[in-house]
Amino acid sequence: MQPILSLRGVSKTYATGHAALKDVSLEIARGEIFALLGPNGAGKTTLISIICGLVTPTAGTIAAGGHDIIRDYRAARSLIGLVPQELTTDAFETVRATVRLSRGLFGKAPAEAHVEKVLRDLSLWEKRDSRIMTLSGGMKRRVMIAKALSHEPQILFLDEPTAGVDVELRRDMWRVIRDLRDNGVTIILTTHYLEEAEEMADRIGVIRNGELILVERKEDLMRTLGRKELALQLAAPLAEIPAALARYPLALSPDGRRLVYTYTGTGDPTSISPFLQDVAAAGIAFTDLDTEQSSLEEIFVRLVRADA
Amino acid sequence: MNLHAIRAIYLFEMARMRRTLLQSIVSPVLSTSLYFVVFGSAIGGHMRQIGDVSYGAFIVPGLIMLSLLTQSIANASFAIYFPRFVGTIYEILSAPLSALEIVTGYVGAAATKSIILGLITLAVASVFVDLRIEHPVWMLAFLVLTAITFSLFGFVIGIWADSFEKLQMIPMLIVTPLTFLGGSFYSIDMLPPFWRAVSLFNPVVYLVSCFRWSFFGTSDVNVGLSVAMTLIFLLLCLGAVVWIFKTGYRMKT
Ligand SMILES: Nc1ncnc2c1ncn2[C@@H]1O[C@H](COP(=O)(O)OP(=O)(O)OP(=O)(O)O)[C@@H](O)[C@H]1O
Ligand SMILES: [Mg+2]
Repeated sequence: MQPILSLRGVSKTYATGHAALKDVSLEIARGEIFALLGPNGAGKTTLISIICGLVTPTAGTIAAGGHDIIRDYRAARSLIGLVPQELTTDAFETVRATVRLSRGLFGKAPAEAHVEKVLRDLSLWEKRDSRIMTLSGGMKRRVMIAKALSHEPQILFLDEPTAGVDVELRRDMWRVIRDLRDNGVTIILTTHYLEEAEEMADRIGVIRNGELILVERKEDLMRTLGRKELALQLAAPLAEIPAALARYPLALSPDGRRLVYTYTGTGDPTSISPFLQDVAAAGIAFTDLDTEQSSLEEIFVRLVRADA
Repeated sequence: MNLHAIRAIYLFEMARMRRTLLQSIVSPVLSTSLYFVVFGSAIGGHMRQIGDVSYGAFIVPGLIMLSLLTQSIANASFAIYFPRFVGTIYEILSAPLSALEIVTGYVGAAATKSIILGLITLAVASVFVDLRIEHPVWMLAFLVLTAITFSLFGFVIGIWADSFEKLQMIPMLIVTPLTFLGGSFYSIDMLPPFWRAVSLFNPVVYLVSCFRWSFFGTSDVNVGLSVAMTLIFLLLCLGAVVWIFKTGYRMKT
């Protein structure tokens, strides 16, 4: 199937001479949730801004729904909704007026029913006639999401949608995002909350110093880069790791009561059983056992720390 | 043509202006009245007639032009500067809009407001003096043409400005002097030949002159020439706007 969004060799060098993006190529499939991760200043916002027409790329081509975003900007842009990172709202306007404006700007006929639905979904209906400046930060963030949803985009960019949003609201937003995806909307989001990407994303892209260093399905990423640990709580303390177990990467706690076996997700999933057999053969008894899988957060930190 | 967008921008801007309508009206009404007191009564007491028109009536077209120019520039420049300043411009830039559509929405709203204010100034003036308008259709046409032209000019200023100071600078430094030296309060025939020739480089002279013609049927300079000059200025501003959107000047990085 044709990708809904495709980027080829996109680069951006700002007027300051800073190369914020270097030769980024990427394809996004219709209906997926794609999480773009990367440290501050990596180029996430720059990438989104280029696709949405706010920043002019220095090189490269981009097509949305098969339409070139520059030559065929009308068709391309009418598919795209953007919730930018910065909270920028028409402070003096009412929630409803600003959402109506957004719908009109994207060429859609007024539709009060749709505006109402969007406001209700985002729990803003009660506030529809309030001036935006009287709202809290989290509500303003939702107003910006409402604006982007008002024109029924096919592709939705969420640049840190849940920054400064409380836990309960974040879960509400995840629900809204999933509903959108279930209705066929493609979602590209950036976030610094890795559990958010872990929770939501189908695929993950990691960007570092303007380079897209990795794009993978979330499960694959977790499996190939994820580290797993098997910890044994020993019945009797060990002074040192027995020679019979020397071929395993093991760590022994200082009190000698906890033996930790670390293995990567790529390895043979059955590698645990020979290990346990060897443990038994070595005459080591254990009272408890637990396993732990490294989170995306740990994977991510390892990735962006690594030298290019 | 994204007509929904033009309509949305226009209505949104008009709603914003409606909120500030009272203060928008108070200031031109007050300043027009003051001009009448100072120029019409105090000076007019000595001048009485210019041609066959009373001085009080003579200055009315100039006063309306003065308020039209200032208001058009102020409305349009602010309308586009403000979203740039607070950042909400992102939405305009990411929408499927052509330069022409954006400009039509903003300039249309700014021009509408200044036309309304121009007509209010006219109404206030008619309280002070007897007015006859010989070519009312032309009068309205000039009103609309001028409002659109200077709203466009204001739009360009609103994009060029990167601070509130600059936003004020052009109207203060250029437009106000030009209007005062543009024959609002006198006929340029009253000037010595040298200054008369200099005045012909002032675009406001043409505006005031042809506007006055629509009231009294007499003018300082040829009406056709006046209209042509205004149209040229309009095209220049339009050209600037098209260039701005083509290059993304001051709007995109
Ligand atoms: N208008 C600009 N002019 C010059 N440099 C810029 C401009 N905008 C961004 N940059 C630089 O480009 C780089 C990438 O910025 P960008 O905003 O894309 O990062 P980001 O990944 O979104 O970061 P964050 O997580 O902090 O939002 C940064 O080094 C930033 O300083
Ligand atoms: Mg960013």
